[in-house]
Amino acid sequence: MLGAFALGAVAALVLPLGAFVRRTALVFAAIGSACALALSVSVLRAGATWTGRWDNLLQPLGGVSLRLDSLGAFFLLIIGFTGLPASLFAIGYLKQIDRHMRSRATHTLFNVFLASMCMVTCADNGGTFLFAWEVMAVASYLLVISDPEQRDAPTAGLWYAVMTHAGFLALLAGFIILAQGGSWEFPALHSASTLLAPRARGAVFVLMAAAFGSKAGLVPLHVWLPRAHPAAPSHVSALMSAAMVNLGVYGLVRLVFDLLPPGPPWWGGLLLGIGVITALTGVLYCVAETHLKRVLAYSTVENLGLVFIGLGFALLMRGYGYGPLASMGLVAALLHTLNHAAFKCLLFLAAGSVVHRTRNVSMEMFGGLIKRMPATAMLSLVGTLALAGLPPLNGFPSEWLTFQVLVAGAQRTAPALAILLPLALAGVALVAGLAALSGVRLFGITFLALPRSTGAQHAQESTWMMVLAMAIPAVACVVLGVAPASVIPQLSRIASDLGQPTGPLSAGLALSVPLVASRMWAAMIAAVAVSAGVAAALVVRISGRDRPVRVGAAWNCGRIIQSARSEYTAAAFAEPLKRVFTGFYRPMQEVTVDVHPTSRYFVRSIRLRADLVPWMDEVVYGPLVRATRGVSDRMRQLHSGSIHFYLALLPGALLLLFVISRWIR
Amino acid sequence: MDPLMTDALVIAAQTAFLIVIAPAVVGYVRLIKARLQGRRGATIIQPYRELRKTFRKGMVIAESASWIFHVAPFAIVGATTAAASLAPVVSTVQPADLVGDLFVLAALLMLGTFFLALGGLDPGTAFGGMGSSREMTVAALTEPTIAIAVLTLALTTGSTSLGAITGTVLKTPAYAIGPGHALAFAAFLIALIAETGRLPVDNPSTHLELTMIHEAMILEYSGPYLALIEWAAAVRLTLLLTLAANLFLPWGMATSLVPAALTVGLCAIVVKLAILGMLLALLETRVAKLRLFRVPELLALSFTLALLGAASSFFTK
Amino acid sequence: MKLFHKIRRTGIVTEPLSVDGADDVVLAREIDARARSLFGRALAIREVDAGSCNGCEVEIAGLSGPVYDMERFGLHFVASPRHADMLLVTGPVTRNMAVPLRMTYDATPDPKLVVAVGDCARTCGVFAGSYAVVGPVDSIIPVDVTVGGCPPEPTQILHGILAAIGRFERGGARRA
Repeated sequence: MLGAFALGAVAALVLPLGAFVRRTALVFAAIGSACALALSVSVLRAGATWTGRWDNLLQPLGGVSLRLDSLGAFFLLIIGFTGLPASLFAIGYLKQIDRHMRSRATHTLFNVFLASMCMVTCADNGGTFLFAWEVMAVASYLLVISDPEQRDAPTAGLWYAVMTHAGFLALLAGFIILAQGGSWEFPALHSASTLLAPRARGAVFVLMAAAFGSKAGLVPLHVWLPRAHPAAPSHVSALMSAAMVNLGVYGLVRLVFDLLPPGPPWWGGLLLGIGVITALTGVLYCVAETHLKRVLAYSTVENLGLVFIGLGFALLMRGYGYGPLASMGLVAALLHTLNHAAFKCLLFLAAGSVVHRTRNVSMEMFGGLIKRMPATAMLSLVGTLALAGLPPLNGFPSEWLTFQVLVAGAQRTAPALAILLPLALAGVALVAGLAALSGVRLFGITFLALPRSTGAQHAQESTWMMVLAMAIPAVACVVLGVAPASVIPQLSRIASDLGQPTGPLSAGLALSVPLVASRMWAAMIAAVAVSAGVAAALVVRISGRDRPVRVGAAWNCGRIIQSARSEYTAAAFAEPLKRVFTGFYRPMQEVTVDVHPTSRYFVRSIRLRADLVPWMDEVVYGPLVRATRGVSDRMRQLHSGSIHFYLALLPGALLLLFVISRWIR
Repeated sequence: MDPLMTDALVIAAQTAFLIVIAPAVVGYVRLIKARLQGRRGATIIQPYRELRKTFRKGMVIAESASWIFHVAPFAIVGATTAAASLAPVVSTVQPADLVGDLFVLAALLMLGTFFLALGGLDPGTAFGGMGSSREMTVAALTEPTIAIAVLTLALTTGSTSLGAITGTVLKTPAYAIGPGHALAFAAFLIALIAETGRLPVDNPSTHLELTMIHEAMILEYSGPYLALIEWAAAVRLTLLLTLAANLFLPWGMATSLVPAALTVGLCAIVVKLAILGMLLALLETRVAKLRLFRVPELLALSFTLALLGAASSFFTK
Repeated sequence: MKLFHKIRRTGIVTEPLSVDGADDVVLAREIDARARSLFGRALAIREVDAGSCNGCEVEIAGLSGPVYDMERFGLHFVASPRHADMLLVTGPVTRNMAVPLRMTYDATPDPKLVVAVGDCARTCGVFAGSYAVVGPVDSIIPVDVTVGGCPPEPTQILHGILAAIGRFERGGARRA
């Protein structure tokens, strides 16, 4: 598996520029993803772990040791499963940069990115983990800034680089505290952590949860996500949203369920609260944004919020000692991770298709694409239905399961949670409803009605390879939606491998939660709905032999012209909601009236600019950025230019080191 | 008889009942409103005549419409039928509990709304987009209320499955008059009005496009498509009224599949629908339509009621 | 609550349809038999104001009120011509409304009927020959029934509509 990626990377560097290098590198990437998929499936099926150890590599970091257990295999499965369509998609998508030098870098980095993500899931050693984490961060950073046509790519890359490295430092600090000077192997950390004082454990949790949460996109550490994901090329965005953010989830689950012993309930409560806030923030911005890929990026934030709600609930229940409920929460979180990966990959690839063909990124410039790009539209409809969390697609079972575990938890826990769990449930319900709203808006404005720009008017369907690449996750969406119970046994086994008692969550034909005596038989629901619809269609068809059907102009109240200007825009669609949540959005509106110098009653022009500024960035990060800049400006005074000063710094530093080493001794 | 066959028959019979009686419920509400306005009004079966006539009419399809326009009515019918198949109508013995619970029902109704909204956006008219936008906003804002109402019911009855809830409330009448259920009932009624597009949230018989929510999305539909959408809206109203009646006031429902008990259950649901329909008509006569941007305040009120109900259920357990 | 007291005191005020409103109703052409059979019991009407002075509109508004109550005959107004079976057109067709009237007619699915209400709709009434007027309704769209009067009473309009769908109540309409 890793060999395939290595070959792909090397091929990209060595072979001459052209179509062949693109195909070779990406085919190797696809093969590597397929191998990852196969390996993870075999580990999950057989239940055995796969280990590997190379002491001679990376010796300062304690050697490379890899272990693939069921949890790692699950996330490796997601990586392989999203890497495959992304690689196939890129074969057609990156055709345009064949002649450029940067195509080499792009293909190499893509392979390196995939390889490093796979290594993160297998790492069994703190050093290996951090090494792979850093390689992944650097590779993705370079890929984010790789497209020179994106004007905001450098800024996006900067935000991303700073935040991911801050996270890296937090991880490093966490590992140092956890190891307490001993070995960094994960099994050793597992036993060493029991010796830690509770306060130190809490510190490790906070540090590493912050780092993993930032990677996963938890508020307020999510700000890099809506900048970086849209700026990257679409197949990279698909991987970042569908595979990389899940590694934040993986890290947290590994930390809390494997490395650290069971913690106090406030860990879970904190994650649950942050998860609710994240989900709400994500969906509210998802509804209001007009940049197509930023909408999808915020949707990623929302879905990760839902995953963390499940995780936080699991930790909370474990803290109170309700083991079975904890395992159910974990299963719900993992199921949602899987489902989200499937439909997010699909939607980002579709967005890439659309952006590529229409030469535009704003939803306000799309429209009418359903007639010009029919296959992309059909697959996007599948993805959008999944994003909206509607039966019979796969967004619904995990949401349903989250609802059920929250209700089960509320039934059985103390009145201390009497207000937290119902509020969490209400939050999840609101998120589900708003996700449906964003789904209608996403699909309706982009694909339906008349084209709003010449780019949309002249769009054409993507190549068959790109459509095939989109079809793979679409099929998964349908299968996971209609038969979610098929993956539950594996997920329950992951939970039990992590030491949780198996919750009463049975599968079979239907998903069933005996604790609340509820069942969901997705296949039957789909069957009833589809057969009712088909029956109605047949009745209409049969009775319509002599029914006069005409095609005419759309009814526009008798107005003479129908143009694309009379359609609803994306901003207008979200307007009622923006009014309801004005306090959250704090929209900016700027009206400039230009009057004739003679009299202010002769208006020459009126210009309205309404924008949605994410105020959270300014409030949380503004002071930080300004403080850093202030400190840097002060430090600049040290660059006085005087060589005497620089020479004096050297013995000063030596003296300081001497004092410190004495003190440590 | 083979238990699987019995189950399927029960589900099919209850679904068929809801489907068949839905236009009569709409006609009944219209008749009461007409009498309250001092008019004779049309008979209860007038909606059946209208649906039959509309079904047999021709259609005009907009040239900017795509296959979504053609698929949407059937998707709405499918989703609404699937939701209707889950509702407990005459008996608390609900084989449909094996298929889905109250959350599934709410999600299926949202699926119908999704396709209705897409059908409104498809022809590219301004009013279609307006209707879709408003409808999805109102639907999204009623979701928390419904979720908390379900939670309240689940807290006292121990389940989110519809048949189980009705059975438990029937066995323990103390639940039905408890503060939790009463508050949840009030919240559910407000959510019902929002979901079905009745006054004061939306006027079903308005002709002013700027006051429309549901009607605006179907301005472009004609012929059998229109008939199917109108009928699905009627089924939605009947379904939600049935839920309001049977989840919170389940008296009269059959507790076993004995023909005598089933007949009593049938009469009970008809009586309950009549009472709820009359209350709906009285409400629609009394109140005026709310400004669109005041509707979220009404929905926030229903959410608060539901939350209070859930909290009180916690403390009276 | 006072509202409900008032409702109870007022009661049902619908008057039975009187016979003598059918004089000025003229059948312009043979009613399509298919339309007649389809629309006998339920009819959806779209009202189009092609530049009228609103006198006819006030009378038409009375049709849906308690006294004349058209719903008891199965008639109701709809919001879109796509939902309509019959167009109820008033007004001399002004220049600005000529194309919208034609577009409304084209937007209505088949089978459909057109009833022209008022003297203006029949012959442009007092506005005949004006520079702002194109012609009577039947110069733009085919008309099935005309109801004369300036403005016609609701009873007469009701007779016109019922004549169009082939339901006369104790009286006939004149044929052109």
